[in-house]
Amino acid sequence: MENHNINLTLNIWRQENPSTEGRFDEFKVSTSPDASILEMLDELNNTLEAKGERPIAFESDCREGICGTCGVVVNGHPHGPLPKIATCQLHMRTFKNGENLYIEPFRAKAYNIIKDLIVDRSPLDKIIQSGGFISINTGSAPDANIHPISKETATIAIEAAECIGCGACVAACKNASAMLFVSAKVSQFAVLPQGQLERYDRVQAMVNTMDEMGFGSCTNTYACEAECPKGVSITNIARMNRDFLNAKISSHALHF
Amino acid sequence: MIKLDAKIPEGHISQKWTNHKFNMKLVNPSNKRKYDVIVVGTGLAGASAAATLAELGYKVKAFTFHDSPRRAHSIAAQGGINASKNYQNDGDSDFRLFYDTIKGGDFRSREANTYRLAEVSGNIIDQAVAQGVPFAREYGGTLANRSFGGAQVSRTFYARGETGQQLLLGAYSSLSRQIGLKTVEMYTHREMLDVVIVDGQAKGIIVRNLLTGETERYSAQAVILATGGYSRVFYLSTSAMNSNATAVWRAHKKGAAFANPCYTQIHPTSLPIHGELQSKRVLMSESLRNDGRIWVSKQKNDMREATDIPELERDYYLERKYPSFGNLSPRDISSRSAKEACDEGRGVKGNNSVYLDFSNAINRLGENVIRERYGNLFDMYQNITGENPYKIPMQIYPAPHYTMGGLWVDYNLMSNVPGLFVLGEANFSDHGANRLGASALMQGLADGYFVIPYTLGNYFSTEKPAKVTIEHPAFVESENAVKEQVIQLMSIKGKQTVDSIHKRLGQIMWDKVGMERNEKGLKEAISEISALREEFWKDVNVVGQDKDLNQTLERAGRVADFLELGELMAIDALNRNESCGGHFREEYQTEEGEALRNDEEYASVSAWDFKNVGQWELNKEPLAFEYVKLATRSYK
Repeated sequence: MENHNINLTLNIWRQENPSTEGRFDEFKVSTSPDASILEMLDELNNTLEAKGERPIAFESDCREGICGTCGVVVNGHPHGPLPKIATCQLHMRTFKNGENLYIEPFRAKAYNIIKDLIVDRSPLDKIIQSGGFISINTGSAPDANIHPISKETATIAIEAAECIGCGACVAACKNASAMLFVSAKVSQFAVLPQGQLERYDRVQAMVNTMDEMGFGSCTNTYACEAECPKGVSITNIARMNRDFLNAKISSHALHF
Repeated sequence: MIKLDAKIPEGHISQKWTNHKFNMKLVNPSNKRKYDVIVVGTGLAGASAAATLAELGYKVKAFTFHDSPRRAHSIAAQGGINASKNYQNDGDSDFRLFYDTIKGGDFRSREANTYRLAEVSGNIIDQAVAQGVPFAREYGGTLANRSFGGAQVSRTFYARGETGQQLLLGAYSSLSRQIGLKTVEMYTHREMLDVVIVDGQAKGIIVRNLLTGETERYSAQAVILATGGYSRVFYLSTSAMNSNATAVWRAHKKGAAFANPCYTQIHPTSLPIHGELQSKRVLMSESLRNDGRIWVSKQKNDMREATDIPELERDYYLERKYPSFGNLSPRDISSRSAKEACDEGRGVKGNNSVYLDFSNAINRLGENVIRERYGNLFDMYQNITGENPYKIPMQIYPAPHYTMGGLWVDYNLMSNVPGLFVLGEANFSDHGANRLGASALMQGLADGYFVIPYTLGNYFSTEKPAKVTIEHPAFVESENAVKEQVIQLMSIKGKQTVDSIHKRLGQIMWDKVGMERNEKGLKEAISEISALREEFWKDVNVVGQDKDLNQTLERAGRVADFLELGELMAIDALNRNESCGGHFREEYQTEEGEALRNDEEYASVSAWDFKNVGQWELNKEPLAFEYVKLATRSYK
């Protein structure tokens, strides 16, 4: 952890508000390889503030890769070039001295840019609100051990449930599709006994909302899986498609 | 003086909550929609409360400063949630969970609240499983458990190292369902900057819309704060970047008493500090202590690599000092022992860190078992440090984590301001001077799912609080005060950045109001913090515009509040002339260096009433121990 800083040229997307045009601004920085990319941006912002200039707006919170708040595109990759990490877990030791970095917001038809690197991902919440739940009121739950669940099923469920809702899958997709995000929630409940009653309502309601929100369709490029910080698998998309098709051919009426 | 009536129900401790639930008045189903409730914060406590109250029929408005209710920092809790299910047949019970929590809290929490927490803990697991929370399972399909610090039973339910995420997403899904049903109005990007009080009752809030910078008024017949803890006062802590004390602090300045501000938890297993740019401390779950062994070299300034230090020259200090609980000793004790070893120069290569070593467990169980149990934590460690913890022991060091102190509440979770309720980490109630691992998730959800739905109804039906419109003069006055503060912050245009002042405050807090405190240091801290506060208001530079998305301004408001809270923490620590749990005063220790309580004078809650900036009046709520005998905590 000695002082062996690296020098980088940053090209960062600046945009005052949703209706103005954006541009790349260039910054030269010298930073510690042990810092995360967000800590590097903190330091840059501190320098800008000290000069009375407007800092770069970006979102982050837990800085442990679990809250899903942070997310920028670095050199063309949502959450940067390394697999299975969120932006906050991208350390500067990943980059070489003298490298050029292009830092931009997550771009998609369904996401509006709010300011600089911040985008509006509320359409993802809207999808959950339309069906991403099991309808159980507080107080009416039976004993937790009443339904034995195999380790295998529990594993499928948690690997889908690990989705952090960062929306990188959408930004990675050339169609700006949210299929990985939606299918992760659909799958979590589709494999669990608790999720069965509403299984076919849920998948239809969520897919409908996804379409309404302006997300594109899936053409199996697997880019979403490659950029997902939690490694959520595209097999979830297959499961969702199966359930959606089943619901359609059995003319399952939508109750939601 | 303010009146602190804890309103503890009559009867045997195991019957208090049952009796109270029967004795409280109800609101009939068709009348519930006549009541508006504001919930601030959408973490475990806030989301579970908002969802449950909406299910009951109340009209709920929920607020978060995040872009989505799913981002709250509850999401980062790793290890697990306690519940007295006794699925393991290993001797657990409500009483044992209650007893462990009281003892873990070093006899500084309220017995009745803590018992209720244990009593409803099992319901939380039922509720979460019914929501589809994918807890870990045994091969037979039943729920798995592990152990956490301060317990000799296995009562911790978990979902890999992501239990907080899964429980929060469960509560978020229930909340989302109610938002979809339009029974909850969800306001994102809103930061609460004041509580509006009319005729002594909480009637609403003033928020700043973080996207536009405009202030907004919202009214209701009750306000619930579920806004988390204040460990970011230390700057470097395991809390999220945006975690702050502003909501509770503004409520405090409007009359809500602040209880036990000096009770802060320093978590033993955090990653060491990497350098000056560090923005926060990253936690490694306490669950790792189930299989990891903590050690340092027996020699000072031992520069050898871990693998070159022979077994006989290692000091497994927790196992040596506390053989009954060993590596699962409570957090306060484990943290202080790590500091002690490092202060002696026995930390890793003379630095501030100790080893957390899995080689024993890997040899015994195989790497695959360890990967299955802690895989994501090991990956996270490797990602941050660049070292492989399957081969080289992890290095850890204590970090500010959880704050047991918070707004004072009675048994009904209502503050001394009628109609202002406080849930989860934001209140002070259940953990005494030290919280046991896996109990924060339990408390947040207990408060939100199973306590507030009852006690809020009782407030409505007993007090019948009137509706007040947002045109009421109290709303106007409150909004104007908020606007004035924003203008004041923007107009200083000094030379120092907000972060640089926050870092300096954090350093004072860590050095003098941290893991070990003494009279001299605390007195210095009080004057240094008040001087730093003056400097802030003269020389801070808040760039940008106020009517805009302005993250510097957001942080400035929060740091302004930390600069007042930090002083109160030091005053409270100075006033409490004893050591208990996370509050360790060097002057008060046993010959073996353990915390020395003074039950004669300090078996009480210190609730501070705000008079003016830097001035408080102390009120005490005595604590009675009828069911657990006051004793010196021993984990030996």
